[in-house]
Amino acid sequence: MARCSALSKPSVRPDPVMASSTPVLAWSEWPCPLPGGGTRGESALVCDHSRRKRLLIIPALFEEGNRMRRITAEVMRRLGGAGIDSFLPELPGLGESTVALRAQTPGDWQLAMQGAAGHFGATHALAIRGGALVAPRGLPGWRYGMVSGASLLKMLMRARIVAMREGGIEETQPALLATGREKGLALAGYQLSADFIDEFVTLVPDPASPLADIAQDMVGGGALWLRAEPGEDEGQADALAAIIAMGLAT
Amino acid sequence: MAQTTDHMLRGILADVLALKPGQADALTRASGLFGHLPELDSMAVAGLLTEIEDRLDITIDDDEFDGELLETYGTLLGFVEAKRAP
Repeated sequence: MARCSALSKPSVRPDPVMASSTPVLAWSEWPCPLPGGGTRGESALVCDHSRRKRLLIIPALFEEGNRMRRITAEVMRRLGGAGIDSFLPELPGLGESTVALRAQTPGDWQLAMQGAAGHFGATHALAIRGGALVAPRGLPGWRYGMVSGASLLKMLMRARIVAMREGGIEETQPALLATGREKGLALAGYQLSADFIDEFVTLVPDPASPLADIAQDMVGGGALWLRAEPGEDEGQADALAAIIAMGLAT
Repeated sequence: MAQTTDHMLRGILADVLALKPGQADALTRASGLFGHLPELDSMAVAGLLTEIEDRLDITIDDDEFDGELLETYGTLLGFVEAKRAP
């Protein structure tokens, strides 16, 4: 998309710190606040050179998190080259986290992201897809491809219905949701508690959020979270990084 | 309307299946989908159905999607066209 390539080249300029090489991403441990008090170590992918502009990235959720992982890392590398540090924490219960997903609620995730923002000294946030539902409050920044909790849950329930139907078992979304709210539910391999489902299905992106919306037509091409298999797109990574770098340049 | 539905549906499949420009145009009514494309698993089908609903402004009920609906491009297109018919 011409609009995006025109944006990307002038804005993502090499930073003196990173000019000689491709920015390296590293793992870092951060103290994740727990709902009852205290903290537990969780991991994050970081590009940290103690720079002034520091972006917390709240990842897409569930299977979409896998599909978006590569472009997220590519955006971090591009931002690193443009003088912007970035931090991609794991959500408790997903990815490399050592705790069980069934013990988490969306409120726990929001608390975790608030803690990550404080620990890493984030000045801005980029929430990807369902990540916007658990973004820390108060930070300016962006939300890309925002989606409601009900919509994500619907996709997960449909995946289960399709899979079960292949085995001759009929299920419906209303029945699954009722069961999930009462007892919890395994959806596409994700063990979600009753409390999680009850809370998550009501979540919608905050209309008063300070995060500016990035629609897919600003990034160009087909959204990577739709891909049947994880994919990559350098043009989309360029465009996303350019939108953020230009926003932080002012 | 029918041409628009066809065009939009090809666009959605291009996004889901990561088809290169032009490849979606090569889909025929007999082109196999679910069960023919290994990448089109239950999660991908769920995403495909939800995207069809959003972009084509229709509602697909639980009892309407099964292996037959997604057997070929032609069966899927026929279903969506019927849903969008005035």
